[in-house]
Amino acid sequence: MPCSGTIDHRVLLQTFEDGADGVFVAGCMEGDCHFLKGNFRAKKRVQQVKKILDEIGFGGERLEFYNLSAAQGQRFAEIVKEMTERVLKLGPNPLLAKSCKKEGGAA
Amino acid sequence: MIIAQQKPVKDIAAMISDCNKVLLVGCAGCVTVCLAGGEKETEVLASSLRIMRKLEDKPLETVTYVATRQCDPEYIAALDNLVKDVDAVVSLACGVGVQYIAERFTDKWVVPALDTKFIGGSTVHGNWEEKCGLCGDCILHRTGGICPIIRCSKSILNGPCGGSQYGKCEISKDIDCAWQLIYDRMKALGKLDKLMEFQPPKDWSKSRDGGPRKAVREDVMID
Repeated sequence: MPCSGTIDHRVLLQTFEDGADGVFVAGCMEGDCHFLKGNFRAKKRVQQVKKILDEIGFGGERLEFYNLSAAQGQRFAEIVKEMTERVLKLGPNPLLAKSCKKEGGAA
Repeated sequence: MIIAQQKPVKDIAAMISDCNKVLLVGCAGCVTVCLAGGEKETEVLASSLRIMRKLEDKPLETVTYVATRQCDPEYIAALDNLVKDVDAVVSLACGVGVQYIAERFTDKWVVPALDTKFIGGSTVHGNWEEKCGLCGDCILHRTGGICPIIRCSKSILNGPCGGSQYGKCEISKDIDCAWQLIYDRMKALGKLDKLMEFQPPKDWSKSRDGGPRKAVREDVMID
């Protein structure tokens, strides 16, 4: 998407319904938003979806927001590593596990 | 507008725990404006319920629809085909919408996803406050456009009580004393004498004391 400020609660929830193990949203550095507040809005929406995921028992820790500049390749690599490690600890998407179990059972 | 807020997802899920397929109906009226029951909130709730139920190994099928308004029978009729094969209808409208759906579909389990809070407006985006007490006999012309019925914690009609201090209400320093606001505004308008005019006791039969109320406009009724 052209700006993290266009991120929508529905898109984030859909990624998990579609089987994502973890999702992170990278918005521009604070103070650098071309649209002034897009990254702040994205951060708030991500926080709200994390709350929803906690409330429904899925776990909000599978979702995270980071501030990142396009010029920070090294930081991007660090974030990806951080999220990968977090997701590995959490295990696969529990929804996917349920589906596989069911499909396996049916076969 | 009517201000509503969504119930906790767990509470809504509990209401439909024995259902396999539900219809979630949003409303494009007040609850869309106060971000509680519009298209987006309807889809977010549907997704949340699906995830929750899948985690419980009891998948839930959802259908979503947003009615132009849920407080007019003609817009509820549009649900006729959608409700046929669902076990329940979850309404994301105010209490009026829930009742209109329940009245039309008498054999369906209809549940509220929202708590209807009050009549009010927004101060800033994401913040709403109560402004009207629905008393049925508006007196704002006598009180400088400030409603003492809902904005005074005691609904006092003849001036501030002893709990008014430095312009604030005794129940919270965050709540303005409505009568201080009324006095200040009437003074600024040069109309303090209006506050001295004799007023008969308020007729509360026009409010909830008279039972459920009705409003009729015979000239617009279609035979």
